[in-house]
Amino acid sequence: MADTSPDNIPFAISAYTPERLRGALRQMYLIRKFEEGAEDSYTRGLIHGTMHLSIGQEASAVGACIGLSETDKITSTHRGHGHSIAKGADVGRMFAEFFGKETGYCKGRGGSMHIADVGKGNLGANGIVGGGLPIAVGAALSAKRLETGAVTVCFFGDGANNEGAFHEALNMAAIWKLPVIFLCENNKYGMSMSTDRSTAVASIADRAVAYAMAGASVDGNDFSAVSEASEAAIARARAGEGPSLIEAVTYRWRGHSKSDRNRYRSKEEIAEWMACDPIPRMVQMLSDHGIIGAGDAARIEAEAEAEIVQGIAFAKESPAPALSDVTRDVYTKPAA
Amino acid sequence: MNVAADIEARELSYAEAIREAMDVALASDERVILMGEDIGVYGGAFQVTGDLIDTYGPDRVIDTPISELGGAGVAVGAALTGLRPIFEFQFSDFATLAMEQIVNQAAKVRYMLGGAVSVPVVMRFPAGSGTGAAAQHSQSLEAWFAHVPGLKVVQPSTPHDAKGLLLAALEDPDPVMIFEHKLLYKMRGAVPEGHYTVPIGKAEIRREGVDVSIVATSIMVHKVLEAAEMLAGEGIEAEVIDLRTVRPLDRETVLASVRKTSRLVCVYEAVKTLGIGAEISAMVAESDAFDYLDAPIVRLGGAECPIPYNPELEKAAVPQVEDIIEAVRAQVKGRL
Ligand SMILES: Cc1ncc(C[n+]2csc(CCOP(=O)(O)OP(=O)(O)O)c2C)c(N)n1
Ligand SMILES: [Mg+2]
Repeated sequence: MADTSPDNIPFAISAYTPERLRGALRQMYLIRKFEEGAEDSYTRGLIHGTMHLSIGQEASAVGACIGLSETDKITSTHRGHGHSIAKGADVGRMFAEFFGKETGYCKGRGGSMHIADVGKGNLGANGIVGGGLPIAVGAALSAKRLETGAVTVCFFGDGANNEGAFHEALNMAAIWKLPVIFLCENNKYGMSMSTDRSTAVASIADRAVAYAMAGASVDGNDFSAVSEASEAAIARARAGEGPSLIEAVTYRWRGHSKSDRNRYRSKEEIAEWMACDPIPRMVQMLSDHGIIGAGDAARIEAEAEAEIVQGIAFAKESPAPALSDVTRDVYTKPAA
Repeated sequence: MNVAADIEARELSYAEAIREAMDVALASDERVILMGEDIGVYGGAFQVTGDLIDTYGPDRVIDTPISELGGAGVAVGAALTGLRPIFEFQFSDFATLAMEQIVNQAAKVRYMLGGAVSVPVVMRFPAGSGTGAAAQHSQSLEAWFAHVPGLKVVQPSTPHDAKGLLLAALEDPDPVMIFEHKLLYKMRGAVPEGHYTVPIGKAEIRREGVDVSIVATSIMVHKVLEAAEMLAGEGIEAEVIDLRTVRPLDRETVLASVRKTSRLVCVYEAVKTLGIGAEISAMVAESDAFDYLDAPIVRLGGAECPIPYNPELEKAAVPQVEDIIEAVRAQVKGRL
């Protein structure tokens, strides 16, 4: 039995209602099932192109977004399915995008790497590593000038932290004290390059010092730890105290994309990380603290699964775009 | 022309031919190094460098962090000071992040310094659409580079030329940009063993004909050859010119062909407007070959939009064999 004395109550248990916590678990399952459904659809030839799965990283996506409302923004990455779901996207429209359908989030123009849900505050995944970093700073500048009170969470990977855009974005966010949270999902690799080889500092959060901003490194597979660091950063942002840098240490279970032979890491390492699966850890925490009872987790998982099945069916039935529309939406007002 | 033509040619894929060129160069010249993202144990995103790291080690087959501007700039600096770097962009689209070092530095430093230095750098760009990778991973940007005095730009369409042009690029004292169409990597063809070069600045007539000159680049050469076979069945004999080098252009080959056939069609995958077709057309219009024209010049290029994800839209965005047949038929039969 876990120690449930007040000193040992995890942050998330004290901060959120049981309903929100169950909702967070549900989202984590939904992400896992979504990725598995995407993988399966790819194998069946329903998906064109490539995709990047976030299996194993569910806690960082959900933990970073639980403190956000619909008016808050996120910018996401090529590995963005989890971020979209955590920000409230509809999985049917996500699958429709994968299948290149007119009902997809990008009307079939973008695919996996460009899913956005602007209405829910998701400014989009990005095909360019580091592409979202300055965009997030721009969104934070808007929020400050327009006094919307919105904060922006900028997801990026450990690989992106070596792009020039990282430095420029963090510096501007810091000098202008903008309400933005840089959330680095450090899954140990940028494609085949380990952070040991790509990055001189031990923790990406150490880089916060260079921008005089708050930095924290947390266990990215621990929902509570991610939400705690994120809530603190959101509070600072809303109070006008400027940006924060959070490193969520996690691991991607699958290859980088569909063509990865995993030659740069060992089976043992993968197995070790798979043993730190964020979902059973979340289930354990919730049951230790009486948030879920026997059978609840399985029921929530089954609901998530059903939502995926429905989403895939919706996507399959949806219409394809008309070929004559290939140049639609290049400009807001097309030339006559 | 081909200094090793006497050596028996085997079949290699386009990717293997490029790898072999790099192998030949690494083996014969200590100054040659390879740089790029995931080109080491991963073997490159398209497996072009493959296992070269096993032979030459990580000091000569150098994985860079995800830092295109810095990485390309390091290659430029190394080329200025005694090395012969071959820099691989993972996708040509990511060269947009490195334009500063390519356009402001590599292309201009020799001129700005009054000829005091040269920049013998080679850059490789996997380009083009057809892989379902959408707008930020499918562009054909060669005309951007060709607009810059100081750069040379080549687009090999066969395994033979891919190897020979890369070895020619390494011998060239100035920066050479090599655009490789991703869909060609698996294409097989005869490739001589050992060292040979294909001259930069020289187009190749792939098919002789008397009715129309079709100037094509990269993968479009193959589509045009396919179209030409069909057109021959209708009694139209097309002359197919593989441009091979975009800068400097082989004026004489193109003009001589137009004088012979009196018709010109340009086919390229990049966006049609303000592209290579415009330059070829203007070159003909400004020359004596203009007097020989019996019909207006026709350009077939990419649609005026980013490359869409949906596979049918993606095809609709670039010229296909049927489009070429229709355009040539209309031009030759005077139904324009
Ligand atoms: C500017 C740019 N460079 C390279 C790539 C190719 N690429 C896509 S994802 C990726 C790895 C990114 O690593 P990281 O930021 O750690 O994210 P992760 O994939 O681990 O989630 C690379 C090299 C790209 N899309 N954009
Ligand atoms: Mg990573």
